[in-house]
Amino acid sequence: MAFVNGLKCRECDREYSSEALNVCDFCFGPLEVVYDYATISEVISRDSIASGPLSIWRYRDLLPADSEHPVDIMAGYTPLLKAHNLGKKLGLKNLYIKNDSVNPSFSFKDRVVSVAATKAVEFGFDTLACASTGNLACSVAAHAARAGIKAVVFIPSDLERGKIIGAAVYGPTMISVEGNYDEVNRLCSEVADNYPWAFVNINMRPYYAEGSKTLGYEVAEQLGWRLPDHVVVPTASGAMFTKIWKGFNEMACLGMLEGVDSYSFGPDQNTVHHPAVTTKMHMTQAAGCSPIVTAWENGSPHVMPVRPNSIAKSLAIGNPADGIYSMRVINNSAGTAYAVPEDQVVPGIKLLAETEGIFTETAGGVAISGLKHAVESGAIKPDELTVVYITGNGLKTQEAVESVVNPLTVKPFMSSFEEAFNHRPE
Amino acid sequence: MGKRVKFSFPPEMVKEPVIYKLGRDFEIVTNIRRAEVREDVGWVVLELDGEDAEIERGLAWVGTTGVRVDPVSGDVIDG
Ligand SMILES: Cc1ncc(COP(=O)(O)O)c(C=O)c1O
Ligand SMILES: [Zn+2]
Repeated sequence: MAFVNGLKCRECDREYSSEALNVCDFCFGPLEVVYDYATISEVISRDSIASGPLSIWRYRDLLPADSEHPVDIMAGYTPLLKAHNLGKKLGLKNLYIKNDSVNPSFSFKDRVVSVAATKAVEFGFDTLACASTGNLACSVAAHAARAGIKAVVFIPSDLERGKIIGAAVYGPTMISVEGNYDEVNRLCSEVADNYPWAFVNINMRPYYAEGSKTLGYEVAEQLGWRLPDHVVVPTASGAMFTKIWKGFNEMACLGMLEGVDSYSFGPDQNTVHHPAVTTKMHMTQAAGCSPIVTAWENGSPHVMPVRPNSIAKSLAIGNPADGIYSMRVINNSAGTAYAVPEDQVVPGIKLLAETEGIFTETAGGVAISGLKHAVESGAIKPDELTVVYITGNGLKTQEAVESVVNPLTVKPFMSSFEEAFNHRPE
Repeated sequence: MGKRVKFSFPPEMVKEPVIYKLGRDFEIVTNIRRAEVREDVGWVVLELDGEDAEIERGLAWVGTTGVRVDPVSGDVIDG
């Protein structure tokens, strides 16, 4: 069972029961899940977590859905690796990679969709839907298959092949929309208003977004119930960024961290900040779509929407739903925000692959080049414990790194091999 | 349920009575729910009531003024 009291508007505090709703009827502000932390604190412990499954559902007490029957394809519990080689290259002695590219559908989206799908089944929906630039579509289709319900996924028609196939293989109804970004957005928002489907990032959004908290919990657990000094996060809507921070603070407030006393959540569960949480949150976006970074750099209280034009399609969200909230997280955590130049995205992918043997997609290239910048600018010091989140898999965006393919082509004779091998380019 | 939208005003448009004109020149009832307007930037979240076609026409006009029109809860496309 879920320890949830209901939903609450982030702007005007109006309360709602737990239903399929994401916007306050009164002020149109976003709704967030309200937890019964008093009960959670009685049942949760490091042992209860350790005895759970090796998926996000080990943190079931802090997820807003029925954990008896989760739609679970084993999202989460992904590796946290110490990155000696990349650390050396960048001048960091304590660098870790949270490798979320190895989730079942190959991105962190499995965390959020597992929660949304579980909730959708709980509410009795027979169709799981989304509008996506790729990763979300793959995850929605996969989870719907697992749950035995229908899937409808909308994608822009110019998507990378790996993402189209990676979603289509699970057998969803796939709608490829021929239109620009704004047109795709408009169509999908109209469809969502008119069809009785569980749109994971629309009417399921309050529950969906909570799944990303597990990226915070796992890092804390894998570091031996400590928090890092810094995290570097690739960002689109800002949902994951804010939820990692929330996850860290929940762990601290519930007394789960080494040497940290529990702390009251107070009246606003979404902005609680335990004084022991000193992790600095570094946001990275690609320059071709960086509305949150721009607002943060200008000190603006408003995120001005942009029309995305970036190689990092998974981060290309022009009007980020959690933009303003993620700016507050940057400021509350004394973090930074940086727009990675478009021509530094592929070098980031290659750097990670060549130093650590991990092949990430364009979002990961943004994270790695953003990390490099944070070190060079002095925001991250050599000894500080740093975690970079790698959230998607390189096999989905192969087009971006086509240029790495330069094999030595030889005839099937030893002489031909030796000729080519001895004269290979450096 | 009316149409829920967010208008973002660039600095040069902050002082323009766009919402007033939208109500005056189109068969649309405007209902402001939340707003922040400063000298350099402004946004307004509002509900529009009227015939679908009229709202579409009205919003197309708002777009031509330089004011941006977006869904209230951010983009529905996700990564
Ligand atoms: C691989 C990857 N990384 C990061 C993100 C950013 O997540 P968010 O929209 O929560 O900021 C996305 C999707 O949006 C993604 O697909
Ligand atoms: Zn409200």
